[in-house]
Formats: sequence, C-alpha cells, structure tokens
Amino acid sequence: MSLILNEDQRMLKESALSFCRENVPLSVLRRLRDSGDELGFDADIWRQIVDLGWTGMTVPEAYGGFDFGFGGLGIVLEASGRSLLNSPLISTVLLSVTAINLGGSEQQKQAHLPAVVAGESVLAMAVDEKPHHDPVDVRTMATVDGDSYLLSGRKVMVLDGHIADWLIVSARTSGNVSEENGISLFVVDARADGISVERTHMVDGRNSATVILENVRVSAESLLGDRDHGYVLLERVLDTGRIGLAAEMLGSMQEVFERIIEYLRQREQFGVPIGAFQALQHRAAEMYCEIELCKSAVVAALNALDSESTEVPMLASLAKAKCSEVFCTVSNEGVQMHGGIGMTDEFDIGFFLKRARVAQHLLGDQVYHRDRYASCKNF
Amino acid sequence: MSNLEAFRADARAWLEENCPPSMRTPMVTDEIVWGGRNATFKNPDSRLWLERMGEKGWTCPTWPTEYGGGGLSNEESLILADELRRISARPALSSFGISMLGPVLLEYGTHEQKMEHIPKIVRGEIRWCQGYSEPGAGSDLASLQTKAVLDGDNYTINGSKVWTSYANLSDWIFCLVRTDSEVPKHSGISFILFDMASKGISTKPIQLISGASPFCETFFDDVQVPARNLVGRLNDGWTIAKRLLQHERTMISSFGLAGGNIDRGANNMTLDQAAKHYRGDTDRISDPVLRDQIASFMIDTDAFALTSRRSAEESKQSEGPNATSSMLKYYGCELNKRRYELMLSAMGNRALGWAGDEFDSGELAITREWLRSKANSIEGGTAEVQLNVIAKRVLGLPDLLSLGRK
Repeated sequence: MSLILNEDQRMLKESALSFCRENVPLSVLRRLRDSGDELGFDADIWRQIVDLGWTGMTVPEAYGGFDFGFGGLGIVLEASGRSLLNSPLISTVLLSVTAINLGGSEQQKQAHLPAVVAGESVLAMAVDEKPHHDPVDVRTMATVDGDSYLLSGRKVMVLDGHIADWLIVSARTSGNVSEENGISLFVVDARADGISVERTHMVDGRNSATVILENVRVSAESLLGDRDHGYVLLERVLDTGRIGLAAEMLGSMQEVFERIIEYLRQREQFGVPIGAFQALQHRAAEMYCEIELCKSAVVAALNALDSESTEVPMLASLAKAKCSEVFCTVSNEGVQMHGGIGMTDEFDIGFFLKRARVAQHLLGDQVYHRDRYASCKNF
Repeated sequence: MSNLEAFRADARAWLEENCPPSMRTPMVTDEIVWGGRNATFKNPDSRLWLERMGEKGWTCPTWPTEYGGGGLSNEESLILADELRRISARPALSSFGISMLGPVLLEYGTHEQKMEHIPKIVRGEIRWCQGYSEPGAGSDLASLQTKAVLDGDNYTINGSKVWTSYANLSDWIFCLVRTDSEVPKHSGISFILFDMASKGISTKPIQLISGASPFCETFFDDVQVPARNLVGRLNDGWTIAKRLLQHERTMISSFGLAGGNIDRGANNMTLDQAAKHYRGDTDRISDPVLRDQIASFMIDTDAFALTSRRSAEESKQSEGPNATSSMLKYYGCELNKRRYELMLSAMGNRALGWAGDEFDSGELAITREWLRSKANSIEGGTAEVQLNVIAKRVLGLPDLLSLGRK
C-alpha cells in the first residue's frame, strides 16, 4: 500500500484540519479545565463531529457507518491532536467500536454501533489495573453464577469512564494472573448495580476514571467474543488504540514543532532572531527528521490495520514507541525553546507537554513497546 | 495481461536466461564491479553479467535509450528492481557515473556531451571520480581555489583536490573549478569533465584509520582540457554542484539501510543475532540494556526505511530528489554509525581484532567497517552541514552569516 495519501484522503485531511483550526481552539480545553466541566468535553463540538461522520469512520455501512477505514480515522485523529481536542473519539470510536466490530455478536453490533455513529452512546474500555499498562495482568474476576457472571475488581485510567453508558471490561474467567488464557471481555451497562465510578482528574485535563466492580451481575450475552480467549481480541483492539494514539501524537508534535519554528523566527535577542543561532537550528533540524520518521511509522501502521496484515502488532509497537519518544522530546523542547513564557499557564505550549506524558503512557509507553517490538522480532 | 504484467513476465524470463548463478549470491566486497578501462573481474561471471545488463541498458534502467539507457518508466524500473531482488541478483555495476554524474549530465549536458559520456557509463566502460573537496574547502565547499583559465580552445587547470574517492583507479573526473575570482564565491565556479590520463595529473592515496585507502589527494599542474567539456553555463557550476550533491546524499543515505551483518562463513548474522550468539543466549538477549538499545535502533531503522520509501513516492510526483535528501543523508549516516557501535557492544572483544587467525574474516571486517562508518557523517557533506541545510532550506530559519553581512 502507498505511503502517501490518495485523493479522498487528502480531501478528508483538508476538511479535518480546517474544522479543528476553526472550531477547536486551545481555549476550549482551557475552559473545560478551568470550569471543572462535568461532561469534560464540549457537547456542541461533539455534535458537529458526529455530523461530520467521524464517529462512523470505521463502522461498516450495514450499521450506519461509512467504512472509510483506519486510514481515515488516523487522519481525523492526527488533526484532532493539533487542537488537543478532548472528545470520546479515542474511548468510543477508536477502541470500543473496534472491539464490538471485531468481536461482537450480530445483536451486540446492532445494539451499539448505530448508536455510536449517531453520537448517542459513549463506551469506555476498562483494561488497566495497575500504575503501568499490563493488559495480561488481569485480577478482575468473572465467576459463573447460574446463567450469568458476577464481576468483581478495580480498573484504573478508564478513559471517559465517568460519562460512559457502557463499559467493556477485561476479566478473568480462568487461568492465573498474568496468563493470556482465561481472559474474557464483557460489555457492561455502566449503571448496573455494584458499579461505582470515581472521576480522576489527570494532568492533561482529559477524562478518565477509576471503576470499581463489586459482584456486578451480567448476562451470558454480555460476553464479547470467546470466553477464556478474549486476549487475542483485546490485543488487536489495544493495537488499534496504540496506532490511533500514535496518529494523535503525530498531530500534536507537528503543532508544537510549527509553534517552535514560528517563535524561533520572530523572537529577537542580541539583535537577531534566535532562530539564526546554530545551537537552536540543529536541535530543530533533528526534531524535523524524527517527526518525518513518525509520519512514516504511523501511515505504515494504519495501512497494516486496513489490510489486516500479520505485522499489526510489530508496527503498532513501532509507531507507539517512536511517537511516544519523539513527542516527549518535542514537548520538552517546546517549553525550553520558548524560554520563560513557555513556563506560564497563560501560554498554550504547556498543554502539549501535559498531554504528551499522558498519551505516552496510555496503552504502553516507549519502554513497554520497545520490549514488545523486540519480542515480535524474536530477540 | 496489462503492459506492466507483460513487462514483468519478459523481465523475469530474460533474467532467468541471462543472470549467471554465481551472480545470485550475496555480494562480497572484493567482487564489486566498478568498471572502467582497467576493470578487473575476480569472478568471470561478473564480466558476463555486466556486459549483458549494459547491453540491455538495465544498469541505468530509466535513462533514455538514445544514450544507451534502459528507457523504462518508473513503474517498469520498480518491477525490474523487484525481479532482481526476487532472484537475489547482485548489482551488475557500481559507479559514481550512475549514482552522481549521469543524472546531472542528463539534466544539464549538451546532446554531444551526453552522446560521448552516457553510453560509456551505462556499459561501465569509463570509471568516474569526483573532484569536489580541497584542502581549504571542506564544509565551505564554495571557497574552492582550483583554477581553470581559458586559453584558446582549452582551459588550463591548476590546483589540488582531496578526498577524491578512487582517483588513482578512475578514468575521468567531474570537477569543480574556479573560473572567476572577482565575484562572490558561489558565482565564479564551473563544472568541467576531463580525462585522468591527461598530462599534469598525479594522485596519492591517503591511508585511513580503518587501514584502507579509498581516498586520494589529486594534483593538477597545467592540465589542458578542451573548452567543450564544460557542463552548463560558465560560472554557473554551483547549481549543478548542488544538484549532484543531492544525488550523492541519496546514495550515501542508503548506507543506513544496508550492510552491517557479519559474514561468518555460511552464517550472515544480523545485529540481534550477533548479540545472542556472542552471549550464548538462545531465545532473547540476556542483557536488558543492550536489548532495549537494539530494539530502539531497529525501530529507527524500520521507520527510516519507510521514510526513504515515502520520499521516493513523493519525489516521483515531482522530479528527482527533493529537499529531504539532506534529512535522509543525515539520518541514514547516524543510523549506520549506531549500527556499528551496537555491533561492538554485541560482539565484545571479537569485534576488536585487527589481524591474525584468532579472528575469522567476518569479525575482522566488522572492526574495519566500524572505523569506516565514522566517515559517513563527514563525506558528502558533514552531519552539521546537513542540519544547516535542513534548518535554512526546509525550516526557513535565518542565516546568521548573511544577517551579519547586512
């Protein structure tokens, strides 16, 4: 598959970029943060995103979607990264839709996909249980009780967990902690008895939650995919999420980089623009190279998702590791190269630094993914 | 069958017929074919392979048939490359004529110049060297002082060049000379071609830290060159010089993608395999720090390979190499240096041997190649020059030197 965009994709990119530029200034995130908004995202902007069709980007036409592929969703996420757009795109459209589309029964697809496309439903993935991403280490238990299951456990960093209508929960139906076998996925009504949700305020101003499940009764039909063998599905969903997050980070790092270059051109010291100094020029040029590598890694990984390649796990780890590492560098340089003003809350660059660390961490940081890449390559 | 499918079938059949079996094995350094008047062929099949590919024009697949090239479209040449890869065919010919001079001569040369030189490049009959750097003109290439003075129908050339790759083995040189000393330095340079057998030329190989001597000092003492050998307009050589450098960078950047495996008899080991082998590890590298560094390196190598491919796709839409050639040159060379540093970490004292039977030839080669790799970020424009080019040409940052001159 080609590494450059086709005509349709170019048009989508244009429209996504102009939408974010005109409708999602950084002041939106600032307002949501400062007002302690209960929803945590802007409902009007979300409505417009639904109207643009972004929620149905990877949903088959049979369920009301547009079947534009992950290439399309990647373009949208990259554009959203430029504005640090806060919305259920990642929790619902990227992660949960993929889980239901790949693992769901006909009934589950009918129940959830059209509602997501229409913007009527928010879903959240409840996977992590510890300070570090480790999706195999599942201690949440699902025990059989008659015709149903009882779920008990504690999930953290559940994106959009405090506003979700449905939760997709990984739980152990057999096997030992840290075994791939024995993990199952369940689609659970977020308002079911026994669920308590605590919103967690994170440094990037985005939504997440701690979810506690205490003997939550769910029917056998709530199982998503095969019992005990949910990890294969979960890994594919997480890889999709990693690639989507890499695309979002790619947008954010390009935005920071352009702001840096603009500042280097206009800020004067010693009677010249500071961008004339070689010490800063070379750091900027190195960042440029690294960002070019990130672009290629992201597009190759998105292609792999669309062509259902066997290289998805390797390319997902490659893209997530590379983009995490480079966004970390670029966000640090964003503050440093702006000097004193970069440290102020009034100036926007700090928002990118904060988002960088959270996005790096989500679904595995660069260390996690270099380890996984090495395993994919058999060393 | 589409035209492209038909071309693939024809190419495959022709290669099946014409590529000798010994040319379908991994290349060994001393069997690389550079061509030229005094070409040596350690393996007689190399000569046969070169003659057949040269006759077909497939050493330069996209160059016009009028000048002996293959006349293939970009799509066809990609298919040919595919088919060559499929049978693991060695390159029939390696030459600076193909990778550097040819493309600019096709762009800037006269019909007569092309007729004279291009077919011989295609067939590997003339070996070219590059007269660029001088003792006083390294990164500041445009300050070069080798002079060419017009006298009747000839230029008289005096001066010296340095780091001239294989000048002692080459037949002709493409050379930057000063043809006007009264104007700003970039505006008085011309690009000229001449025969290394001309009277007044001498060369002296330079021994490097690796022990090899691929580069020479080259001296010109009243060398007579016909005026018709000047390429492009008089004093406009800097334009051609820069264009050629883009081609050179693209060539050098490919170092970052190839090589680095240790050839231990039948075992051609990659970096990760070497790391396991020399530690006695079976399934995973036992040193977690080295494992992480190798993973990081391989991630960058993969992403770089994808970027080279993307850049090739993008430049197909425009013409020739684009501004990213500096980025690819810079990054590819840094990668290659990292590769050899990691190879040393992977192999321990087995990569530190200099001579003798205690080490096998593959291990000794790694020591030398590690030293050789240090030149990657110096030759063809230093890493720092590439970063300058990116900062100014790609990012549009101001030039402190020209601000100072205002």
